[in-house]
Amino acid sequence: MTTKVLAIDDSRTIRNLLRVCLEGAGFDFHSACDGVEGVEAFADLDPDMVITDINMPRMDGFGVIETLRSGPNRTNVPILVLTTESSDDLKSRARAAGATGWVVKPFDDGTLVSVVHRLTGGAA
Amino acid sequence: MSSNSIRDTFFEECEELLEALADGLGQMEDNADLEVVNAVFRAVHSIKGGAGAFALESIVSFAHVFETVMDRVRENKLTVDEPLLALFHKSADQLSDLVAAARDEDELPPERSAKLIEALEAYLGDDDKEDEFVFEALTLDVVGEGDVVPSERCFDIRFAPTRALYANGHEPLWFLDALAQLGRIKVTLDRSGLPAFDALDPDDACLAWDVVLETASDKTDIEQVFEFVQGDCTLVITESETVLPPPEAEPVVVAPVAEDTPKKPAAKEQAEQAKTANAGPKPTLRVDLDRVDRLINTVGELIINQAMVAQRVEELDLPTGAQLTNELESYKLLARDIQEGVMAIRAQPVKPLFQRMSRIVREASEATGKKSRLVTVGEATEVDKTVIERLADPLTHMVRNAVDHGLEDPEDRKASGKPETGTIRLSASHRSGSVFIEISDDGAGLDRARILQKAIDKGLVQPDVEMAEPEIDNLLFLPGFSTASAVSNLSGRGVGMDVVKTAVQALGGRVSISSTPGAGTSFVIVLPLTLAVMDGFVVSVAKETMVVPIASILETLRPNRKNVFTIGDRKCVRVRGSYVPVVDVAEKLGFAKDPDAPELETLLLVANEGNGLSALNVGMIEDQRQVVVKSLEGRFAAARGVSAATILGNGKVALILDPEDLIGPANGVQQDKADPQPVKETADV
Repeated sequence: MTTKVLAIDDSRTIRNLLRVCLEGAGFDFHSACDGVEGVEAFADLDPDMVITDINMPRMDGFGVIETLRSGPNRTNVPILVLTTESSDDLKSRARAAGATGWVVKPFDDGTLVSVVHRLTGGAA
Repeated sequence: MSSNSIRDTFFEECEELLEALADGLGQMEDNADLEVVNAVFRAVHSIKGGAGAFALESIVSFAHVFETVMDRVRENKLTVDEPLLALFHKSADQLSDLVAAARDEDELPPERSAKLIEALEAYLGDDDKEDEFVFEALTLDVVGEGDVVPSERCFDIRFAPTRALYANGHEPLWFLDALAQLGRIKVTLDRSGLPAFDALDPDDACLAWDVVLETASDKTDIEQVFEFVQGDCTLVITESETVLPPPEAEPVVVAPVAEDTPKKPAAKEQAEQAKTANAGPKPTLRVDLDRVDRLINTVGELIINQAMVAQRVEELDLPTGAQLTNELESYKLLARDIQEGVMAIRAQPVKPLFQRMSRIVREASEATGKKSRLVTVGEATEVDKTVIERLADPLTHMVRNAVDHGLEDPEDRKASGKPETGTIRLSASHRSGSVFIEISDDGAGLDRARILQKAIDKGLVQPDVEMAEPEIDNLLFLPGFSTASAVSNLSGRGVGMDVVKTAVQALGGRVSISSTPGAGTSFVIVLPLTLAVMDGFVVSVAKETMVVPIASILETLRPNRKNVFTIGDRKCVRVRGSYVPVVDVAEKLGFAKDPDAPELETLLLVANEGNGLSALNVGMIEDQRQVVVKSLEGRFAAARGVSAATILGNGKVALILDPEDLIGPANGVQQDKADPQPVKETADV
């Protein structure tokens, strides 16, 4: 079965780049443009993996992770954080919130695909 | 999407972001509201993120400094004053110029950016400056053919996840897979930390793995695999002297993923462990629904065949107690056993359906501010899968109604001496070959005066009509009826009790209502156990043999002449003091009148739409038997009063009647209003 990926990012450019990269690698790609929409889309799509930006209007990436990791519908879905910062502080914050991994923007297609594969158990 | 069009979208998006940036800065002149600052920050941040993807270094480095200063404002470490705001405006203009230049694949003189960066950095503390953004160009590691392949080394890896690793969405197996891609590995599961099954916390991390990896990679490559889980697991990597035996002798190998050797030994071990630790639920078999339905159809044929054989044997006129008759009786019992057994495959307990209703009750209570609880009885009662599926919507509606319209507000309940929390009771049971589902509440009961008035106002009944209480209650099932003066947003979804009734009838069942003022209202749905076979009366109508479903018959009657009256041109029969209209089935179906037939022979009392009882005038009741329902859909156009057909023991086809359809709109109800309509919006009770 195709791995279903939900990408949450407020930047259309980044969403497009992710789409091209992940669809090209054979993933079933879906996207949402902020945290609130992302959490809603998650409930509808039940994806195998979530990729989220941190800085977004309405609900940021930490909010997305916390919402998905707690509450009545908590899930263990892998959540990959896409961030421009590579500081250790941000990584540990993301991990404390429940992020599964992170990729630093600008991302390299090959790296992203291999990380997604690694976190979803797909063949590399 | 080509990379060019992505680039185009990026610049389009930049236009929007620059506009938002200018807007935000404009607003900051009046007040430095956090939301506004956030929006400004995000605009710059998004431009930086997109520019990074296209390696637009001049934009990235400028946006980074701009964003960092904005971040300090966001964190309240910096107050926006006039000179800073002016600097922000200038920086926004510069960013806009940089974007425009990049679009035209032009370069701006770097001095302007440098000057502004300097000015911006003046607002940053020393530690911020150290955190200078280094633009990392994308690099691609290409292993050339001439590269020397380093010699293989062996590592012992101890990997013991903690609870947090699982909570963050990691799967240990994927790490083992990743290690397997570095070389040849041997995995040993350490399950010594696994407690007894009873003491097992499903969220806890109890397993650890010892891996021997033979690889050309070095330690950092292995550490890289565990990059995301440093701190969330115990990880010990030591270079060792151990040498893995040659692949042939390897019993358990996590091989490179593409190969077809067993590739998930860890998972397998886990599964085996689970098997031994857990006696497990009853073994089940998943079967394609089509296969079951095919079997059911065949069993239907078997029942028909059994009836035919029985008929032939009867025609032989054998003496009582003959061997053949006895054997035939066994055949009949066996056929019935098989049929029940097959039907049981499709049967499912109503529990999941009932469980869904507790959520409906919760939501409805929340929406109406009422207090209520759901009590369910007979959750294990089994009903045909299709019936359960088609019952979900009507039941949801009725349960919602019970809370919304049935129960009183907590204050009113208190005032009338009831507990504040109302009770909705949902019960299921098997009774005489049918399934009974009852939805009751302990609310105020139906306000009959209001219901009647409403029906009159809506023109559903004539103003001067006199109606008995059950007749008034049944008005709720009329299309276009609603007791809620204002359609509440909870139940007012365009589904009314008439739709509930139609859905139940489509399943071959009926729904009835009873209510006691002050004590509550109760709805009972009676459904046949299965849809494929039903119990019916075999009756003769104008010399034709027909079947009437027993589920819809309340009572059979051989009328006494003196109880039969003619009112206008309609015939009525008096049953325990009330007058029941007689419907002549032969006439309704368009058969010629048989002059020899007695005028009224047998009457079947059935519930009619809205107004209580009707009596179907049929000839003799010939038999009561199970009949196999054969759909006429798709083969014949729908005929009024006929729902399906069956094959009788003598091999003849008999029509199965649909009493409700046969009777049509009830008396006292105006024809034009009561015709079944596509769902009307106001129709809710």
